[in-house]
Amino acid sequence: MSTIPADALNLKPHEAHDAHHDADHKPSFFVRWFMSTNHKDIGTLYLLFAIVAGIIGGGISGIMRWELAEPGIQVLNHIWPLGAGAGATFDEQLHHWNVLITAHGLIMVFFMVMPAMIGGFGNWFVPLMIGAPDMAFPRMNNISFWLLIPSFILLLGSSFVSGGTGLGAGTGWTLYAPLSTSGSSGPAVDMAIFSLHLAGASSILGAINFITTIFNMRAPGMTLHKMPLFVWSVLVTAFLLLLALPVLAGAITMLLTDRNFGTTFFDAAGGGNVVLYQHLFWFFGHPEVYILILPGFGMVSQIVATFSRKPVFGYLGMAYAMVAIGVVGFVVWAHHMFTTGMNVNEKMYFTAATMVIAVPTGVKIFSWIATMWGGSISFETPMLWAIGFIFLFTVGGVTGVVLANGGVDNYMHDTYYVVAHFHYVLSLGAVFAIFGGFYYWFPKMSGKMYNELLGKLHFFTMFIGVNLVFFPQHFLGLDGMPRRIPDYTPAFAYWNKVSSIGYLITLAGVLIFFVNILWSLAAGKKAPNNPWGEGATTLEWTLSSPPPFHQYSTLPKID
Amino acid sequence: MKLIGWAIALAAAGLTPAAAQAPASATSDNKAAAAAPAGATTAAPAPIVYGSVGHQIPTPGVGMPVPGAIGIEEQVTPLGKRAAHFHNFWLMWIISLISVFVLVLLLWTIFRYRRGANPTPSRNSHNTFIEVVWTLVPVLVLVGIAIPSIGLLRAQYSSPPADVTVKITGHQWYWSYEYPDNGVSFDSYILKERDDPMRTKDQRFRTDLDGPPLLAADERMVIPAGKVVKFLITADDVIHSFAVPAFWTKLDANPGQINETWVKVDRPGVYYGQCSELCGARHGFMPINVEVVTPAQYAQWIASKGGKMPGAQPAAAPVADAAAATPQPAAAGTATPPATNQAATAQN
Repeated sequence: MSTIPADALNLKPHEAHDAHHDADHKPSFFVRWFMSTNHKDIGTLYLLFAIVAGIIGGGISGIMRWELAEPGIQVLNHIWPLGAGAGATFDEQLHHWNVLITAHGLIMVFFMVMPAMIGGFGNWFVPLMIGAPDMAFPRMNNISFWLLIPSFILLLGSSFVSGGTGLGAGTGWTLYAPLSTSGSSGPAVDMAIFSLHLAGASSILGAINFITTIFNMRAPGMTLHKMPLFVWSVLVTAFLLLLALPVLAGAITMLLTDRNFGTTFFDAAGGGNVVLYQHLFWFFGHPEVYILILPGFGMVSQIVATFSRKPVFGYLGMAYAMVAIGVVGFVVWAHHMFTTGMNVNEKMYFTAATMVIAVPTGVKIFSWIATMWGGSISFETPMLWAIGFIFLFTVGGVTGVVLANGGVDNYMHDTYYVVAHFHYVLSLGAVFAIFGGFYYWFPKMSGKMYNELLGKLHFFTMFIGVNLVFFPQHFLGLDGMPRRIPDYTPAFAYWNKVSSIGYLITLAGVLIFFVNILWSLAAGKKAPNNPWGEGATTLEWTLSSPPPFHQYSTLPKID
Repeated sequence: MKLIGWAIALAAAGLTPAAAQAPASATSDNKAAAAAPAGATTAAPAPIVYGSVGHQIPTPGVGMPVPGAIGIEEQVTPLGKRAAHFHNFWLMWIISLISVFVLVLLLWTIFRYRRGANPTPSRNSHNTFIEVVWTLVPVLVLVGIAIPSIGLLRAQYSSPPADVTVKITGHQWYWSYEYPDNGVSFDSYILKERDDPMRTKDQRFRTDLDGPPLLAADERMVIPAGKVVKFLITADDVIHSFAVPAFWTKLDANPGQINETWVKVDRPGVYYGQCSELCGARHGFMPINVEVVTPAQYAQWIASKGGKMPGAQPAAAPVADAAAATPQPAAAGTATPPATNQAATAQN
C-alpha cells in the first residue's frame, strides 16, 4: 500500500476541476447507465425494469384470461408461450398453465410492484424529499438494481428447462413443498429458487440503503416527525424487507437442500413437516403484501394532500398507522393457512389478530377522506388514481375482513374469492398507487407534462376494466371455483367471460398509458418546477424539472 | 318449487333401485341409459344403473356450482348453514355498509370540496375527537364480527362422536376413500367426456346423470344422512385439499399427516367439490363426489362394496330412525344385491 508515492494524490488540480464541476455534468452513456451511482438514474432504471416486467407479467395474465374465457382447453395447446407448443401432451399443456400462474405471481410481486415502488419511486424521491444529495450507499444502490437482472433472467430462463411434468416451474409463486421438492424434478424450480435468492438479496441491500439514508441523511430540521409520509412508508417497508426476506431465503434454501442434497426439512418420511414450509413462507409472505402496499399508502397520502391543497389530516396517526400495520403484519401469517389443519386455538388467535389490522387501515382510509374534506380539490390524473385507490382498497380490505374469519375462510380458501380479494388490494390498490405516483411525478422525473386528457382516459378505461376483471371473481369464488385451474365446469362460464372481457378493456387502458408516455416524452409541454400549485409542499417541487444531476449542493433547511 | 320436484324425483329414484332406469330417461341426457351398457360390454364392470345407490342422480343447482350465481352454494350441513348465515346476513351486510359509507363519503367530499365550490382550502389537519371515533368504532365493529366468528370456530371444532369414519387420501391426481370400519376402499377418478381423445374405449364416460363436466367422478364417497361422519384426510405425494362447498368443508391433505374434520349432512343428494390446493398438472381434474343417502341405502352400498357394517348382523337396526327409510330396511338387511354391483377396486 505504501508503494503509492505521496505526490500521486494530486489534490490541487482536482479541486480546481471540481470548482467548475457543473451540477449537470453527466457521465458518458455507458458509465451513466451501467455503472450508475446516481439515485435518480438508478430509480429510472428500476422504473424501466418494472415496466418491462409489468408488460411480461400482464401479458401472461392475458394468456390466462384468454384460456379462462371459455370452458375447455383452447390456448394451452397453442405455440409457446401461449401454450406448451405443438405436440405437447395434455399433461404438458396443463403444466404450462401452472408455469404461467407461477410466473405471473412472481413477476408481478418481485419484478413489477417492488421495483416500481421501492426501487423506482423510493430511489427517486426519498433523497429528494428528505433533502439528501443521494442515497447513503450509491454503489450498493447500483448492485441492488443489477442483481435484479440476473434474477429475472433466471426466472424467465426456468421456463425453458424441465420442471418435472413439462418445461418451467409449475409450483405456484408460493413454491409449496413437496410439490416444489419431490413433486418437480428438473432444474426449473432450482432456477426459480435462485432467482428469488437474488431478488431477495437485492431487496435486502436496498432496504439497508433506505434505512441508513433516512436515518442519517435528512436535511437540517427534517425531523422524523416532519418527514413526508412517502418517506415514512418507505422506511417502514425497508424494515419489513429487512426482517422478512431472510426468512424467505432460509425457507427456499431448505427447499434447495431438500431437492438436491437429501435433507428432509419438508418431507415427513425423514422426520420433516410439509406445513413447516408454509409457516416459513407466510412469515415472509404476509409482511410481503404490506411491502407491496405501504409505499402505495405513502404515495396516495402525498397525492391527496397535494390536490386537496391541504396538509395531510392526522399526520402522526397516518405515520404510526403504517408502523402498526408493519408490526401487526408480522404476527398474522397463518391466516394464509387456515385449511392446513391447525388447532382451534391457533385458528382463533390468527382470526382475531388479522382483524386487528383493519383498525390502522381504517384510520388511513378515513384520514385520506378527512384530508380531502374542507380542501379545494382539483382532479388531475394523479388525484383520480388516488381516489380510485381509496375506494377500491376499501373494497379489497373488507373482503379481507371476511377472509380473516377462520370459520368462514374454510369456504373461500383457495377459491376465486381470494383471487378477487388480493387483486383488489394489489392490482387495484398497489397498481393504482403506482399509476398515480407515475403521473404525479412524471413531470418531475422527465421535465415534460403528460397529456391530461389521455391520462384521464387511461384512468377511466382502466377503472372500468379492472373492476370488470376482478369483481365477478368474488362471485366465482362464492360459487366454489378453485384457484389455479386451467379449465372449469360450465357453471362458471358466465362470470369468467365477463372477467376476460374486462381484461381487454384494461389492456386498452394500458395502451393509452403507453401512448401518453411516449407522446409526452417526445412532445410534452415543458414542466415547471412545481406543476401542482400550493398543495405540493415537499422538497422535490423546489427543484427544477427534471432535477439537476446532483441536487442540494447546499442542504435545504427545514423549519 | 322446481327444486322440490327434483327432490321428490331423487327420493323416488333412491328408494326404488329396481325402477332406476325410469328417471334416467326422464333427464336431459337420454343417450346415457343406452350408452352406459354399451361401454360396459367390453369391460368387466356391470352396467351403471343410474338412480341406484352410488349412482344417484344429482339435483341441478344443489351440491354443485350454479351458473351465473353470485352467492354461496346452498348449504346442507347445520354448520354450513350457520356459517353461510353468518356470512350472508352479518358479514355481507357489514362490509357492504362500510363500502357504501366510504363511497358516499368520498363522493360527497369530491362534490362539496371541489375547487369550484370551495376555492380556499381549510388548514385544518387535526381533530382528536374524530380520530378517536374512527379508531374505536371499527374496533367495536370488529368485536361484533369476532364474537360470532369465534363461536363458529368453536362449533366447527366440537366434533360429536363419529358414526362413520372415512379416510380420504389425495393422490396425483385422484382421490381414494377408505372405510376402515367396514373394510371398504376404492379409488375415485374423474370421468372423462365421451369425445375426450384420451378416453380409452372401455372407459366409462361422463353423462349428466353423473354430474357436471369436470366435476363428476367414477366412484363416489357414499355417506349416510343425519349421521356424524368423520373425515381423516391425508395425501401420499404432494399436498391436496379436500373440499366440498355444500358442506362448508375444506381441509388440506398433507402427506405425512392426518387431518380430521367432520360433517353431518341432513339432506340426501350428490355433492361435488374439487381439489383446492395446487398439486401439479391435473390439479383441476381430480373432483370430489360425495353421495349422501339414507342410512339403509348406506348399509346396502357398504354390502355392495363387499364390506360389512360394524357390529353384528342386524345392521339395519340403527338405521330405522331415518325419516325416509321406511320401505327399505328389510331389503338392506337381507343384503339383496342391488342393481349396481361394481367391484370396489380402482377403475381408471
